[in-house]
Amino acid sequence: MNNMLSRVANCLYWMSRYIERAENIARMVDVNLQLLLDYRDLNDESLLDHWMPVVQSNGEEEAFLRLHKKATGRTVTEFLVFQLENPNSIVSSIVQARENARMVRDQITMEYWEELNRLYLFVRSPEARKVWRQSPSEFFQQIKEASLHLVGIGYATILHNEGWWFSQAGKFIERADKTSRILDVRYESLPERGVPKSVSQTEALGWQAILRSCSAWDAYKSLHGAEVHPRLVADFLLFNEDFPRSARFCVGELNAALRHISGVPSGRFCNDAEKLAGRLEAELQFSTVDEIFEQGLHGYLDQFQTRLNNVGNALFDAYIFQEFSNEGAEMMIQQEEQQQQRKEAS
Amino acid sequence: MLRKYNHDGFFDEMMDAEGEIRPHYRQFGALFETLKRDEFEDKRRSVDLAFLRQGITFNVYGDSQGMERIFPFDLIPRIIPAREWEHLERGLVQRITALNLFLRDIYHDQKIVKDGVIPPFYVLSGKHFRREFANFNVPKDIYIHVCGTDLIRGADGAYMVLEDNGRCPSGVSYVLENRRAMKRSFPDLFERIGVRPVDQYPAELLKMLQYIAPAGVPNPTIVLLTPGAANSAYFEHTYLARQMGIEIVEGRDLVVTDSRVYMRTTKGLQAVHVIYRRIDDDFLDPTVFRADSMLGVPGLVHAYRAGHVSLANSIGTGIADDKVMYYFVPRMIKYYLGEEPILANVPTYLASEESDKKYILENLPKLVVKAANESGGYGMLMGPKASAKEIEFFRERIQADPRNYIAQPMIALSRHPTHVESDLFEGRHIDLRPYIICGEKTTIVPGGLTRVALRAGSLVVNSSQGGGSKDTWVLYGDE
Repeated sequence: MNNMLSRVANCLYWMSRYIERAENIARMVDVNLQLLLDYRDLNDESLLDHWMPVVQSNGEEEAFLRLHKKATGRTVTEFLVFQLENPNSIVSSIVQARENARMVRDQITMEYWEELNRLYLFVRSPEARKVWRQSPSEFFQQIKEASLHLVGIGYATILHNEGWWFSQAGKFIERADKTSRILDVRYESLPERGVPKSVSQTEALGWQAILRSCSAWDAYKSLHGAEVHPRLVADFLLFNEDFPRSARFCVGELNAALRHISGVPSGRFCNDAEKLAGRLEAELQFSTVDEIFEQGLHGYLDQFQTRLNNVGNALFDAYIFQEFSNEGAEMMIQQEEQQQQRKEAS
Repeated sequence: MLRKYNHDGFFDEMMDAEGEIRPHYRQFGALFETLKRDEFEDKRRSVDLAFLRQGITFNVYGDSQGMERIFPFDLIPRIIPAREWEHLERGLVQRITALNLFLRDIYHDQKIVKDGVIPPFYVLSGKHFRREFANFNVPKDIYIHVCGTDLIRGADGAYMVLEDNGRCPSGVSYVLENRRAMKRSFPDLFERIGVRPVDQYPAELLKMLQYIAPAGVPNPTIVLLTPGAANSAYFEHTYLARQMGIEIVEGRDLVVTDSRVYMRTTKGLQAVHVIYRRIDDDFLDPTVFRADSMLGVPGLVHAYRAGHVSLANSIGTGIADDKVMYYFVPRMIKYYLGEEPILANVPTYLASEESDKKYILENLPKLVVKAANESGGYGMLMGPKASAKEIEFFRERIQADPRNYIAQPMIALSRHPTHVESDLFEGRHIDLRPYIICGEKTTIVPGGLTRVALRAGSLVVNSSQGGGSKDTWVLYGDE
């Protein structure tokens, strides 16, 4: 039984991560487009107010401004959906997911590969633009569906071995990150600290859209009824134990994946990735939403994203990037030269 | 659907000169006749779509789009009767045996040179002659483990060897995938007609790789070394690794310490014993060959010399691919085996022989000129189809560097009925590349890759230049 190549583990991690990224960007852009349908009296100013946070929430402001002068619905969606110059656009993410999959074609199943390749061929075809023009919602639906199919196909056909757990780690780190970014989209409407007292009808629609974009609306309603309040929305998306897109759930799965890779039980750790992920999970388990609002939701989410990043980096250091002494390439060149000189002399 | 077919005076694989279907095509022909035009069209479309969906594609260098293309596949199979195949098999085994003996000889005693059979100048001036491997013993004395020999048939239907590809021949994955596609499209034909299977290839390849493992390693770790996902044959690399159940690695996955090769895994370093490398010699090890190679592994050659790792194919086989060396293969067969060559070469002129050079320069518009160390249809002049400017360009090149050029008469390659559009089938020129594996014994998967020049009148079958492929059927019998 061979161990897993570090590069292969890395490819599997990024393959899943990019698929999850494409799905979540589709969710995010979709919900924002739908939101606009609910607003009246839109002027350029308010449109800008609306779209710039979406770009900012992906941490892409600089790249965006390099490519576009103004944040309008058209430029932002083009940037987030199709533009290959944006390494994190939906199409870029799918291209990279597929490129990673191509490099580990022997680790995934035919079914998985064909579905991912189908998605790739679709987004690279003129057909994709056509669907997009006719109905952006339908387009995002197709992206989400393909990603969810891949989750199912992977679960049901791919060996749940070490490589699988690397891909799970990638998926859940990305999902946790994106859920937190989606939750952050309306932060400008919140007071800097503390829970908002009352929420306007329009605001409520905004928070409902956030839930919808995480496929959380039905689950939320069953817990809290149709009353939408930022406090409850944040509580649900951050701390719900059972909802598969909540931060707590995702970090729990991430932590479990790391422990499957190393075999170290929870409560202990053998590398920084496990230490950081374990701490983060514990904090999510033992925090309340009121504390978070007291500290300020936006700041909290920002920190949360940084900490996820740190887990990702620690994972890379522990398993992927290992410095091995190379016995000095210099020395080998010398030996080889001597060999050749001897040969020529003989 | 073949009623309007015109064989135009070329040797046609399926029809004889009177327009009658040859015996070994009769069963297929009869079944094919019952196929309706739309049924054929449906099958054709679904095969193309399946190739695209499965990502059975290749990259074209210099294509800025960076998009992969499918290798066009023609649904009409090329059929070879048993008698013909067995003749080819004998000829190919004879040839590869002689080539391996030749490589062993020129890297050791060089008897063939000393006995005056091949002038020393030609060997020593070979671009791919690796003098640094003189007196190095390769495992089991096998140099070429995997060979893809290109065969063509001329106007009289006789098979000839066009070139031996003894470095990293590619294309075998298409043989296997073409067969799968044909089985999906015509599930009932195979058993009825009696077609020999090809899917044992990965198992044979793996057996060979195990056979050449360094002595004393009971369970060798075997890997396939690829230049990476940007390589035109990357699909094939992952495909073969997957079929054999071995790891596919890139240079950066390997590390050499203490003259041993290891791969970097999530649990640390793991020893590697056999490398099926799909990287040319030049790029294998930047400390020995090209220092600018980012694909190779520093120290790999050192580990190879120490006998801790085996390579397939061995380093230094490129000299046998030199088109000047090709000229001498019939002599090698006589010299090493004391036999007459079973498969003939295409008549060849060496530009560095004065009388040949004179002939070549006087007859350029009639000849095909090839650079000695190019492949893939590059560096070639097709005299009869070339412009005066191209001919003059090659004239200068030949005069400047005669060692590097050979010339051959233009061969009217045999043709095969090929789908052109809707219900139109026309003859297109084809060749055949069988894949030979040399391990404990020499095995050849029945048939090989039939490449077809899809452009009307074209003689260039390379995938980079508008070529496609066909499934190749070797029958159990002769009809």
